[in-house]
Amino acid sequence: MAEDSSALDRGAPVFKASMQWRRLKSHFFVVLGLLSVLLGIVTLLVLLADVIIQSTGWLDWQFFTSFDSRFPERAGIKAALFGTLYMMVFTMLMAVPLGVMTAIYLEEYAGDNWFTQFIQVNIANLAGVPSIVYGLLGLQVFVRWMEMGRSVLAGSCTMALLILPIIIVASREAIRAVPPSMREASFAVGASKWETVRHHVLPYALPGMLTGAILAAARAIGETAPLITIGALTFVPFLPEHPLDRFTVLPIQIFNWVSRAQSEFHDLAAAGIIVLLVVLIALNSVAIYLRQRLRTRY
Amino acid sequence: MAEDVSPFSHYPSRSDMSKRASRNLKEEAIRYALLATATLSIVTTFGILFSLTGETLLFFSEVSIIEFLTETEWTPLFLIKKFGIWPLVTATALVAFIALAVAIPTGLLIAIYLSEFASPRVRDVIKPVLEVLAGVPTVVYGYFALTLVTPILQEFIPGMRIFNALSAGIVMGIMIIPMVASLSEDAIGAVPQALREGAYGLGATRFEVALQVVVPAALSGIVASAVLALSRAVGETMIVSIAAGQNPTFTLDPRVPIETMTAYIVQVSLGDTPFASLEYRTIFAVGTMLFFLTFAMNIFAHWFVRRFREEYD
Repeated sequence: MAEDSSALDRGAPVFKASMQWRRLKSHFFVVLGLLSVLLGIVTLLVLLADVIIQSTGWLDWQFFTSFDSRFPERAGIKAALFGTLYMMVFTMLMAVPLGVMTAIYLEEYAGDNWFTQFIQVNIANLAGVPSIVYGLLGLQVFVRWMEMGRSVLAGSCTMALLILPIIIVASREAIRAVPPSMREASFAVGASKWETVRHHVLPYALPGMLTGAILAAARAIGETAPLITIGALTFVPFLPEHPLDRFTVLPIQIFNWVSRAQSEFHDLAAAGIIVLLVVLIALNSVAIYLRQRLRTRY
Repeated sequence: MAEDVSPFSHYPSRSDMSKRASRNLKEEAIRYALLATATLSIVTTFGILFSLTGETLLFFSEVSIIEFLTETEWTPLFLIKKFGIWPLVTATALVAFIALAVAIPTGLLIAIYLSEFASPRVRDVIKPVLEVLAGVPTVVYGYFALTLVTPILQEFIPGMRIFNALSAGIVMGIMIIPMVASLSEDAIGAVPQALREGAYGLGATRFEVALQVVVPAALSGIVASAVLALSRAVGETMIVSIAAGQNPTFTLDPRVPIETMTAYIVQVSLGDTPFASLEYRTIFAVGTMLFFLTFAMNIFAHWFVRRFREEYD
């Protein structure tokens, strides 16, 4: 192959005939590619090792059952855990029905017209809006105009809007994956549009939708900036008992501890990060499990 | 609605008719309910526009837009207030530039490696790693930048402060790698197989196929992924709030504390700023700028892909 290339050389003077050199470049590129991947893997491992080492000794039962404190040895994440839980319950209660309904409309009902196009472009753009801008929206609309105050409910509404595009996109994909023959069979025995969607499309799309919802939840649990913007507190020595109570969440608690100067608080932040990562890994594992099950369904 | 009336079946009774009517009514009601939820996304967009621009206009009724765009000092929280946006803009640009300098080469290399060189088994290992990397909350990356990367940089670089743009930028770059890799890989994956086979048929090596055939064919998608990464970097908040500082300095020195646009919004939000105060309005002015900057980039990226996509049959 390489020997014959001398005939071609007259026309292409830049072409290096050395096959060895050309092959070497391929190998060199593989090394570069692997190094790039390695940067990601090493970062991840170093990060994990660091938070595990830093948090040793801090991650005890007292850490889960105490409120935040000026004294690092007495500080804990009780308020943050409950705040995250409350906020997520309200967020998902709002975002999942709205997202799924929007997806059903776009996939099953919407005609191919400018209005549908507009909604689609709009959802794509909303997915690209920085999360802190959602925080400003929540601050102005929910906290100020709707007078919810800097409450769990205001945080949930903001977060619901933030993850809505994710849920819509995932639900649409799940609905689209349901074969048209299912719908046609249902129509053929006289089912109406909604009966078809309700009894045949939705059950089959459910695992996919669930996966999307869980991934969206994972995103919301780790999100910090919009909640700081709407004014979630960083020091909360109480449990929220009412949707209009003030609150804090896990990432804000971590942010608060990272921002303090004493290194003990940085260790507390590492302990908080472990809890946060364990929750996220658990959620993602469930999502991956559901995705695998879905794959074997058809 | 045609009723099929055969002599042997019973005629549709009143109750059958009303059942059908109520079923149709229900169908229509459901359609409109679904339509209403679908329009919520449009309401959200308008909500963002109105809440941002309303407060921003009030801000500019107190502060001249010329001062905002020409002054180089930003001290709205001090006694002597100056409202020059430039320190925040340069800080944002500096961090984003560092982040892209990390994310674009690495992300692109990973994308090319995964789609053109790696075996399926290697790909199955690497992709989940990238997904995990993309799923780490930004506050965790902020912790990582401040407590781990900065001390390491301080060993090597003289004059490195605790809060600096370099550390935040590098970590933000690592955070964005998965995004660049996945978007570029999509673009590369869309290049038809026939192009590769044609090049291989002419005796090209893998490297030559990847760099001289596949990448040029996927260039529009790759550029778009870079622009979207920039948009992401500009809007990223927690890493810079934690690791880059809260000093609005008009500088391009990556070793000193600065304050990005997003970090300023966080700084003001942490204090209980009363509604309708000038401080409250500054975050909306900054937020408006942030929104339109990222919006323009996102639109540009989508337009660019459509405009410069190579069409193959």
